[in-house]
Amino acid sequence: MSTDLRPLLSVKDISKRYGSHIGCAGVSFDLYPGEVMGIVGESGSGKSTLLNCLVGHLTPDTGEVVFDTRVDGPKDTTTMSESERRMLGRTDWAFVHQHARDGLRMGVSAGGNVGERLMAVGERHYGDIRDKATDWLERVEIDAARVDDRPTTFSGGMQQRLQIARNLVTGPRLVFMDEPTGGLDVSVQARLLDLLRGLVRDMGLSAIIVTHDLAVVRLLADRLMVMKSGRVVEAGLTDQVLDDPQHAYSQLLVSSVLQV
Amino acid sequence: MIELKDVSKTFTLHNQGSAVIEVINDVSFHVAPGECVALTGASGAGKSTLMRMIYGNYLTQSGSIRIGDVDIVKAEPRTVIAMRREVLGYVSQFLRVVPRVPTLDVVADPLRALGVSAEEARARAQELLTRLNIPERLWTLSPTTFSGGEQQRVNIARGFVHAYPAMLLDEPTASLDATNREVVLSLIEEAKAGGAAIIGIFHDEAARERVCDREIDVSVFTPGLSSCSGSIGYQKETAA
Repeated sequence: MSTDLRPLLSVKDISKRYGSHIGCAGVSFDLYPGEVMGIVGESGSGKSTLLNCLVGHLTPDTGEVVFDTRVDGPKDTTTMSESERRMLGRTDWAFVHQHARDGLRMGVSAGGNVGERLMAVGERHYGDIRDKATDWLERVEIDAARVDDRPTTFSGGMQQRLQIARNLVTGPRLVFMDEPTGGLDVSVQARLLDLLRGLVRDMGLSAIIVTHDLAVVRLLADRLMVMKSGRVVEAGLTDQVLDDPQHAYSQLLVSSVLQV
Repeated sequence: MIELKDVSKTFTLHNQGSAVIEVINDVSFHVAPGECVALTGASGAGKSTLMRMIYGNYLTQSGSIRIGDVDIVKAEPRTVIAMRREVLGYVSQFLRVVPRVPTLDVVADPLRALGVSAEEARARAQELLTRLNIPERLWTLSPTTFSGGEQQRVNIARGFVHAYPAMLLDEPTASLDATNREVVLSLIEEAKAGGAAIIGIFHDEAARERVCDREIDVSVFTPGLSSCSGSIGYQKETAA
C-alpha cells in the first residue's frame, strides 16, 4: 500500500499559557502529505490557540512545529526568522479565516485579491496574473464577470470562496482552516464543502481544519483530534472517533448532536 | 486474506453510569481469497459490530484483525485509510455522501481516489449504474433525494467499482427487488471468482445459500446471549 514515509508537518509538545490559564498543553501529532485532520472541541477548548501556534500567529511556550520545506527539508518553524515564515505563509502554507473579511483586502477587486498573492511570489506579467485570477474565480464558482468587483459587493458565501481562491492560487501544500463554514447558511456550506473536498483531492493538499461542526469533519477529515481544556483527549480515524468514541467528553460531544 | 484472532470488544458508556457492555468475546476465524463467509445470529448478536471492527470503524480492545499483512487493531489511521482505499471495500446499509455531488461522481469516487483518470472512472461507474438499473436521467443528480432502494443500489455500485481483494457486505440485498437482487448476487459471485475474500450479513436466506461458502454464528461469541448451544462457528459444507 502507498503511504508516505516522511510527515509534512510534525508537531511536538506544543503548549501555550495565558498567565496561569492553559491555552493548550502537550499537543503532538504528525500530518502526512494528502492527509486532512480535523480538530474539534467546544468553545474555549484550545483549538484556535493551537491553530494560531501552528501557523505562527502566536508563539508557543514550548514545543516544535517542524515543516518539511521544499528546499531545506524538515525545519522548525517556531525558530525560523520572521521573513522565512512569511515566505512560507505566501507559498506552501495557506490560512483560511472563519470571517472572510479577515483574509481578504476589502478595498481591492476580487481579481486583485487573488492576483496579490501571485505577485507576492514574484509574478509580474499583468495578463498572466489576470488570467490565473479569472481561472481561479471560476474554479470556486464565482462568475468571471465579477473579477473587477470588490468583495464588499459579494455575499458571505462568495467572500468565503474568494478567500479560498486567494489562498490556493499559489499551490500551497498545507492549508489551515479556522471554522471555514462557520456563519454560512447550510446550502452554502454544502457547496463549499463539496468544493473544498474536490480541491483537496485534485491538488493533493494536506489540511488542518478547526471546527465545532462534526458533520463537516466527517465529510472532510481523514483524522480527528478532540480537545478539551487545552488538551487532546482523543485522536484517531474520523469515523472511528465519531462512531465509537472512547473518552467521556467525546461521547458527550457525539451524543449531543441533534438529529435532523 | 482476512484473519481474526482472539478478538474481543466492550463498549464503555461514560455518561450512563460508566456501564460496560461486553459485545464480542474471543472470536477467531479466517476468510481465504475467493471465499464468502456469512455472519449469522439474531438481531443484536453483534454481526454489524464485528463487521465495523474489521473495517476499523469500531475500536477493538484485544486480539488482532489482519487483512493481508496489516493488523487493523494496531494500525495508524493513515494505514487504515490506505487499506480502505486499496484493499478493503465496505458496503454499508446507508449511503453517506457530500450533498450536491452527482450520482455518477459518487460512484466513480473510489477509483478517483486510487488515481484512475476521470473518464475511466466514470466509464466504470456508468457500467455499474446501468447494470444496477439506475436510469441514466438520475446520474447527474445527487443521490440524497433518491428512494431507499435506489440509494442502496448506488451504494452497491460504489462498493463494487474497484475490485477490492477483501470486502464487507452489510445486507447488500435488503430492500431490493428480484431483478436487482439477482444483479447484486452475480456481482458478489464475480468478485469471488476474481479472488476477493468476502464477509457478509444476509437476512435473505436464499441469497446466503447461494453465495456463501460458510456461516459463522456470531451469537456464540456474544456474552449474555446464552440461547445458543456451544457449537463454535457452525459450518455448512461447501456446495459450490
